[in-house]
Amino acid sequence: MQNPVPHIIRNHTFWVSPERCLLWEEENTLIVADLHLGKSGHFRKAGIGIPQSIYKADLQRLMAQLYLYKAERLIIAGDFTHSTANKELDLFLKWRKDFSSLHIDLVKGNHDILADKWYEEANVKVHSWKMQAGPFIFLHDLKAETKLSTEERKMYRFTGHLHPAINLKGKGRQSLKFPCFYFTEEYCVLPAFSRFTGGFQVTPAKDEKIFAIIEDGIMQIP
Amino acid sequence: MLQSKGYTIITGWLETKGFRPFLFQEQTWERIIKKESGLVNAPTGCGKTYSVFLGAIIDFINHNPESYTTKSNAGLQLLWVTPLRALAKDIGRAMEEVIRELGMKWKIGIRNGDTSVAERNKQKKQIPEVLIITPESLHLLLAQKGYPETFRTLKILAVDEWHELLGSKRGVQVELAVSRIVNSQWSLENTKPSVWGISATIGNLEEAKEVLLCPLNKTGIIVRATIKKELEIESVFPDEIEKFPWAGHLGIKLANKIIPIIQQSRTTLIFINTRGMSETWYQTLLNVCPDLAGSIALHHGSIDMELRTWIEDNLHSGNLKAVVCTASLDLGVDFRPVETVIQVGSPKGVARFLQRAGRSGHSPDATSKIYFLPTHSLELIEAAALKSAVKENMIESRDPMMLCYDVLLQYLNTIAISDGFSPHETFKEITSTHCYQNLTQEEWEQILHFITEGGNAMHQYDDFKKVEIEDGICKIKSRKIAMRHRMHIGTIVSDAMLKVKFLGGGYIGVIEEYFISRLEPGDVFTLAGRNLEFVMIKDMTALVRKSAKKKSIIPSWVGGRMPLSANMGKKLRATLNQMATKQRSQTEELEILEPLFELQRQLSHVPKENELLIEQIETKDGFHLFVYPFEGRLVHEAMAAILAYRISRIRPITFSFAMNDYGFELLSDQPIPVDDTNVYDLFSPEDLLNDIQRSVNNTEMAKRKFRDVAVIGGLIFQGMPGEKKKARHLQSSASLLFNVFSEYDPGNLLLRQSYQEVLDQQMEEARLRDMLQRIQQSDIIITFPQQLTPFCFPIKVDSMREDLSSEKLEDRVRKMQQQLETGK
Repeated sequence: MQNPVPHIIRNHTFWVSPERCLLWEEENTLIVADLHLGKSGHFRKAGIGIPQSIYKADLQRLMAQLYLYKAERLIIAGDFTHSTANKELDLFLKWRKDFSSLHIDLVKGNHDILADKWYEEANVKVHSWKMQAGPFIFLHDLKAETKLSTEERKMYRFTGHLHPAINLKGKGRQSLKFPCFYFTEEYCVLPAFSRFTGGFQVTPAKDEKIFAIIEDGIMQIP
Repeated sequence: MLQSKGYTIITGWLETKGFRPFLFQEQTWERIIKKESGLVNAPTGCGKTYSVFLGAIIDFINHNPESYTTKSNAGLQLLWVTPLRALAKDIGRAMEEVIRELGMKWKIGIRNGDTSVAERNKQKKQIPEVLIITPESLHLLLAQKGYPETFRTLKILAVDEWHELLGSKRGVQVELAVSRIVNSQWSLENTKPSVWGISATIGNLEEAKEVLLCPLNKTGIIVRATIKKELEIESVFPDEIEKFPWAGHLGIKLANKIIPIIQQSRTTLIFINTRGMSETWYQTLLNVCPDLAGSIALHHGSIDMELRTWIEDNLHSGNLKAVVCTASLDLGVDFRPVETVIQVGSPKGVARFLQRAGRSGHSPDATSKIYFLPTHSLELIEAAALKSAVKENMIESRDPMMLCYDVLLQYLNTIAISDGFSPHETFKEITSTHCYQNLTQEEWEQILHFITEGGNAMHQYDDFKKVEIEDGICKIKSRKIAMRHRMHIGTIVSDAMLKVKFLGGGYIGVIEEYFISRLEPGDVFTLAGRNLEFVMIKDMTALVRKSAKKKSIIPSWVGGRMPLSANMGKKLRATLNQMATKQRSQTEELEILEPLFELQRQLSHVPKENELLIEQIETKDGFHLFVYPFEGRLVHEAMAAILAYRISRIRPITFSFAMNDYGFELLSDQPIPVDDTNVYDLFSPEDLLNDIQRSVNNTEMAKRKFRDVAVIGGLIFQGMPGEKKKARHLQSSASLLFNVFSEYDPGNLLLRQSYQEVLDQQMEEARLRDMLQRIQQSDIIITFPQQLTPFCFPIKVDSMREDLSSEKLEDRVRKMQQQLETGK
């Protein structure tokens, strides 16, 4: 695993980690999007035998990152869980007890359809579609920004939903796809934290920055 | 037999129609009466249906001599499996006619995807005596509760067009169904039905029979029809061989030459190898000869079913002068008015060429007439090779598929829905089939583990549910899962298709989603011979309007790029040998090609049968190495990668590749170190498997194979009609699943199968090995021409390039990064 790469946004430092998350240094906060917890379980319940170790691995990665940075707060920019409740989510609840001091904020995404009671039990603070923290605003889907006030729109936005990925092309017909962070002057799209997710191809315009996650490292483009 | 009542009645009935039974029909009847099993080898249109069907009737009459006209509701007597829905109706009609004229009470039922629910229920209540069924519907039947009862009375299980099914996963479905039906009757009645295959000639008829009869544990016999069809092959020659564009692979310049052919015969079928090219040909023919408008049509897999049916009906009635078509018309019912067939470009194999030729001149004594139109001049040697291959009846084999875990998974779920299965008994039954005879106990456990537990899991936190074990019987109890599985029975996986409709209504056809997704509104494309402007996508339908624009995009459909068969390759090498040794008595095609070969001789060399030609040429593009094994593009593609890898071990060097069916090219910016001292080592069969794994990006190839495997094996849920939205949380792409399994369950059987399919099908590993062994026995001739030669020119055209470099992945990515196009 290579070291995270610092990226400055509005005078705040964000460490871009190849583990598909951002550490907000000033606030000691870990930012992730699209965890899709329980996705493998949802498939398995329907009789599709997805290896469950992928879920365990996702949770372990999250835990490792929280330990590593001793983060006090976790902000989830939507799609925390994948679908209706299943046993895999019980594992999360158990795990949550070991991290009881951690503050978790969830900005609801289109997949977050669990009952309010569940979030209460999991001790997750739910924000129906947006959340402000310092000079930043957190959304799930960038499209929701049209609903923001003029003031809010001046703030930098952190979003998810897209599962951005970049296609790197070589000569001939070579091309490989990698998940990536996508930064513009106005907003950022985080890669999906879960490895059991596909990717939507993005192409950066001028002045836009891509941090591609290549194997265990981060490569900045351009 | 001759004294039997059934025989007397049937021959008497045939006589009233002015027929006498063919020898092979009588031989089949005799075997059927003796309760034997086997394979009937007969071409289409020679009464092969009657061979088995009338045998079943004779047998029935013999057993019910007094009551055969009055006995009704006798239970299923004959199960007739056919690969083609379209054939079912025709066969059913022919059978019904016999039954009616004999005054019998038998019912003929048809069961396929088109059969209505009401009809199916009727069949369930009272099973017809004859059931005509597709392999998919047969498996659906096995998913019905109490299905063994249906087969209690079955006398004959016939599999029509077995050569078409063998070698495909549908064939494996048939093998499994045969094993199940035979054994379920055995457990109820202690009897077994006879099993009969009906097949056209293929290279491995004996094996074809063994595969089908494997679950019966019987040898059976092959009954051969000795009817020989006359066949005339003629090439369409360009006016001047030099004028002909070596590089153009359309041959469209010759379009005006086929107009007289079309005009002279009643109906002509023009076979084109790809759908995209067939659209081009259709347009060109109309441009060259506008008079044809209204009397020619275009037929391929993406054209609306209704329109295709209309075309087929009009082919029957002789209303069409010509039809431009693809493999879509290779099979199916016979069109009597067809007098002539034109094959454009290489047919790639002898069997396919014969099959297409056989579409013309259908009455038993008529001659089939086929024209061969080359798409580049060198292809004319294929015409010469085909003529000689046809003379020698060198027809390709169809290799049966082995150990298809995906089909097995699907099948186990199927029988788990209906009556459930006992693992121990079923293992014995499955290993009695040809496909799974080598299935190990360990693999079997793994498969059971996968369907009952979903592979390895954290038990406390898991709610995997599919097959449950109750009193030692594996069953699927969830109705939802059962219903979903029923929707997914089958082994034909198609790309996601969109319907294409006019804005104002009116259905045109279907098209691959990935093609449409690349279009912008306003773009014009061609489908079904019409120029259409793309407007938008709505509810899985691409809406279009007519366009007057001349320029349009012709969709390039994936697939359709069959490699040259091994038999054709062998014949081609033998034909070249004639040119190399300047034998007389050459065919017309070779005479016309003589100037081209003269040039090839001057510049380089024409290889004899026991020679492999390698050309090293330097141009401004760099250093080229051309190799001509004549083994088809797939083998060449794999060989190019392996050769590049082996050369790069001598010295780090990067290549790009190109290949066609005749040979392949390696291109580099530095001299290529291949000479007399190392060339035999470079083509050595030693360590082949390892070198394949190191050189070819088989992960990418396996990923593509995995798509089909995952759908058949039930990992990818395509959604049910009208339930699209509810299933949204179950959607995932094959490439994502491939990555997940590769990382978290690398031993998964479906994953393993994908890699095996790449080796067997994508690289034709067995053929690759044969080729290398052959090369070791041959003389390798290396020449250094001063310029490109007639042989290498067409390869430049087919420039599917793939890079192999000895650089590391990271460096490659760095390089790619520099080339990254931004802002587009």
